[in-house]
Amino acid sequence: MTQGDWKNLGWGAALLIVAALLPLTGDGYLISLGVSIAMYTVLATSWALFSGPTHYISLATAAFFGIGTYVMGSGIGYLPYWVLLPIAGLIGGVIAALVGLATLRLSGVYFVIFTLGLAEMTRQAVTWYQNQTGHKGTYVLTDLTDPDIYWQLLGLAALVFLLGWAIGRSRLGFALRIIGDDEDVARHVGINTALSKIALFVVSGATAAIVGAMIAPRYIYIEPSTAFTPMLSFQVVIMALLGGTGRLWGPLVGVIPFTLLWEAISSSFPNQTTLLLGLSFLAIVYLLPGGFVGLYDRLRGRAVKRSALA
Amino acid sequence: MDILITGVILGGTYALIALGLNLQYGVSRIMNLANGEMLVIGAFAAFTLFTVGQVSPLLTIFLVAPLAYVLNWLIYRIMLRPLVNRAKNRGMLEVDAILTTFGLSFVMVGIMIWAFGGDYFSYSYLARPITVFGDNYGLNRVVAFVCAAILCAALFLWLNVSRAGMAIRAVAVSPENARLVGIDVPKLSARAFALGGAVTAVGGAVISTFLTLDASTGVMFTMKALIIVIMGGVGDVRGTILAALVLGVGETFVASVIDPGLTLVAAYALFILILLFRPQGFFGRKPT
Repeated sequence: MTQGDWKNLGWGAALLIVAALLPLTGDGYLISLGVSIAMYTVLATSWALFSGPTHYISLATAAFFGIGTYVMGSGIGYLPYWVLLPIAGLIGGVIAALVGLATLRLSGVYFVIFTLGLAEMTRQAVTWYQNQTGHKGTYVLTDLTDPDIYWQLLGLAALVFLLGWAIGRSRLGFALRIIGDDEDVARHVGINTALSKIALFVVSGATAAIVGAMIAPRYIYIEPSTAFTPMLSFQVVIMALLGGTGRLWGPLVGVIPFTLLWEAISSSFPNQTTLLLGLSFLAIVYLLPGGFVGLYDRLRGRAVKRSALA
Repeated sequence: MDILITGVILGGTYALIALGLNLQYGVSRIMNLANGEMLVIGAFAAFTLFTVGQVSPLLTIFLVAPLAYVLNWLIYRIMLRPLVNRAKNRGMLEVDAILTTFGLSFVMVGIMIWAFGGDYFSYSYLARPITVFGDNYGLNRVVAFVCAAILCAALFLWLNVSRAGMAIRAVAVSPENARLVGIDVPKLSARAFALGGAVTAVGGAVISTFLTLDASTGVMFTMKALIIVIMGGVGDVRGTILAALVLGVGETFVASVIDPGLTLVAAYALFILILLFRPQGFFGRKPT
């Protein structure tokens, strides 16, 4: 590790400690906002781990999230909470691997179409299963409070950041960047493109499932329509792209302003959230192609050029 | 038999919608995820004109088609052309197109909810039974099917016989080579995109005669249309029609035998089979 790495690590740890102090304020609204931000940070960062370098837009977040929620919901009566978290991750990962095996060997379009409907399809299947067995929803009763959930999510976020950093330095991360630049070239230099993509997709799927499992105690009562909200997938995509997927910290920069904006809009104009989502998509494509990170890099590039000329 | 006919009737209307998407994706190379919203707009126009002025939906399509054509042409020229120009390769265009049309679809849904509310809308048009092969079917469904079949046939003939249709097929096969034989690819792409949108909107007007829709159902149809296009093969009219019929029958089968709530699961099961065994589509050739 170079000196720069140690410095980044130090900054990350310091920020984490500051963030972990939030529940001490005792303000319920702030804490619940913190839970949302922590949750979206984990989801958007793990989304960007896969979609950032490969440019494959995954819309499956809601599906994995819902699966995680349901693993927690149906298992909490039989197994302890801490055992269910890794189980949720495992199930999410296996499903991601199956989806990846079916679609990622082919071009990106198949993947997008498939993930687009995955949440809705799982929701239909779960609803059908529940109708067959005759019960509607599931209760998740634990003694976990909002601060507990918040700290757990922060821990998971730290883990995802470390993992992302490790992948970025590994052969796998290098391979993924080549795939993102030109998939044919990647194949010609001997990279197993399908396997690399599937590996990262499994990571993001498993993470989303764990997040779903962690959030489940907060819902208390879960049913298919709350666990599999398709909006979640799109929110995550927007946040990650708004921040920019070029850097590990990019999605975080998008998550914070977007969550605050979303809170504000959905509390005062609940019917306009769809419109907001649409306008954000358009704004990113036309005004901020690289997200905030891209903007930052361009500005810095310009500054460097100017100082070189002077 | 009952399932087969209901399925074919449903598949016929799906075919019309998917043909619209196929024109947009196969020729203009734009994966239009706002396609379903165009359908809802068409349906909404038919609904409004019917409830306000008792105008038959079959007449409305003559109004919907040109309007949707112009609207889609404008969308292509203003929003999508800059993306086509700035994209360095097909993959980049695909990502940009997906994000833009997603945004567009959300904006359209948002505007429709804002302007008309999120309620379901439906009207009763030709809702009387008709007997086909000894079973009863809704007359509106049969009329919609006949309407869709005529339009599909007309589109198929136009693409295969006329000079303009040949040019469009040439662009679908290879935009680079089409330019070499003197085809104005950008102009034709815009027209194909507009035509695709018009076909989908007409499909929406037709489907509204027998289905209940709301402002946010569009994405469901987009998904089904995408699955049909992939199953049938991109840019392939015969394949699209066959795939639409297969999907219609498959869905009807699952809905009536297992559970009506599982239609999307049925569509996905078909989609997975295609992905695993014939990713190039029904009539497509394996890439060498």
